[in-house]
Amino acid sequence: MGTHRFFACALLLGGLLLEASVLAQSSTYGVGRTPSAEEIRAWDISIGPDGVELPPGRGTAKDGAELYVERGCSACHGRTGTEGRAPNLKGKADPKTDTWERGRILPIRSPFATTVWDYINRAMPLNREGTLTADEVYALTAYLLYINDVIPEDAVLDAQSLPKVKMPIGDEYASLPEGKPKTRRLRGYPY
Amino acid sequence: MIKGSKELIAYGDRSRFVTSVRIPHGGRPSPDSFGLVFHVATPLQDSVGVITPSSLHYVATTRGSFLPDIDPQEHRLMIHGMVDRPLTLTMEDLKRLPSVTRLHFIECAGNRSTPKAKTVQESHGMTSCAEWTGVLLSTLLKECGVKAGASWFVAEGAEEVKGASSMPLAKAMDDVIVAYGMNGEPVRPQQGFPLRLLVPGFEGIFSTKYVRRIKLVDRYYMNYNDYGHLRQDEKETALGYQVGPKSVITFPSVGQQLPGKGFYEISGLAWSGGGAIRRVEVSTDDGKHWMDAQIKGTAQRMAHTRFGCPWNWDGKETVLLSRCTDELGAVQPTRAQVAKFFNVPLGEVPGLDNTVQPWRIASDGSVLNGHA
Repeated sequence: MGTHRFFACALLLGGLLLEASVLAQSSTYGVGRTPSAEEIRAWDISIGPDGVELPPGRGTAKDGAELYVERGCSACHGRTGTEGRAPNLKGKADPKTDTWERGRILPIRSPFATTVWDYINRAMPLNREGTLTADEVYALTAYLLYINDVIPEDAVLDAQSLPKVKMPIGDEYASLPEGKPKTRRLRGYPY
Repeated sequence: MIKGSKELIAYGDRSRFVTSVRIPHGGRPSPDSFGLVFHVATPLQDSVGVITPSSLHYVATTRGSFLPDIDPQEHRLMIHGMVDRPLTLTMEDLKRLPSVTRLHFIECAGNRSTPKAKTVQESHGMTSCAEWTGVLLSTLLKECGVKAGASWFVAEGAEEVKGASSMPLAKAMDDVIVAYGMNGEPVRPQQGFPLRLLVPGFEGIFSTKYVRRIKLVDRYYMNYNDYGHLRQDEKETALGYQVGPKSVITFPSVGQQLPGKGFYEISGLAWSGGGAIRRVEVSTDDGKHWMDAQIKGTAQRMAHTRFGCPWNWDGKETVLLSRCTDELGAVQPTRAQVAKFFNVPLGEVPGLDNTVQPWRIASDGSVLNGHA
């Protein structure tokens, strides 16, 4: 009896220790909760260059041209994307000009088409953010890329084709700072 | 005499004789006729010490926007992406965790002096310094377990536009604060209530307000406005994120009037994204001679540092300058030095403008902008 109790206690203690060590490995404070995959999906609107986060849907520049007026884009950005008080959406210069000379225009300056999708989806239309459907965002992205001669008018954009769009800037931009702590900004720059 | 009122007892007020206020920055109205808020500058000409009162802290928004009115009970911070264990935290959860309290400046990348500036508020007012309290982001990320290969993170706000920025993970693991406190009380709505990132020494846009989501990723994610940080030139890009060593004399500064010759303590602020300020020098003869200024108190890392320097004005026209050196040995440059280094026209400064500000003292005691 006594021996049994001893083993039972030892097992219980061992179990507690094991559990404690697993907990220690998993987190120090155990504060907060684990979000469900569903919750993460609902909040994760960061669309990376690979487009893995893109939702299902599709659209073309033709659909986008209609939506551009219907959803009020033209009211702020102008009829062709250049006449409004909101930022220009179409490069004014000849597409043959150097990309950097064509201005800081989203569909031209961004190295990935996914950024155009991400921007429209999270930030447009002004004061009605988050009201566009995925199909509408694909269509409006297609329209902006089309009017800047990045894709043809009949190109269908969806989760597969969008990340493959070749953007005018390509990789002609400087690599970004590493943000290494306690390091000067630029080697050889005394200031 | 000031009669006690319920309001005055509950939440104190300053003297009616103290009238220093913020002003819209850069010629764009704030608020505009719709109530949208844009950039607002701090009255540095009236500042003393190093802490900016929360009511006078500068404000910048990623675009003209309505301030979100967030119920802290409802607010959540979610950390996910390349972590072993995604985590959702309430404000209550965050306040249970080990905290830090640190002085840090924030500065808008557009804080650029122009010849048109009529006050130091107009030339330099898009920077402020506060005491921030919160949990280190590194504490939270260790709690989640960072997966091998993670190298950047995206921080996103809960406001309508869901402003987002990509930042190097090395910065997150170093000194980024998930801040809920500011100058002894909850962060103000204009500063990101109930929760903001404080990214010490980086351009202000990275200190994400109303932060609700942090995602660990393996590359620069190019979300929202990230593409705006891209540059063609490697050097210009390198000067992007981190703010260089910078200082400005706040008294006497442009628009002020010296009553006559005699003694003045020159007073100013110095700060750097590279760490603590090690040295501040002042010239009262347009750079012919420099003398060490006195640093008031202890210089904190990535925080405004107050300096002072005795000066006997002889009543003659002259130019006052200040320049600082940070803990990394970087020295604040003049515009001429920057122009020479990059071989660009005078006044073109890559990255955030951290150049020396000349104040011209006229013989009648008026203080003029030396860039004009």
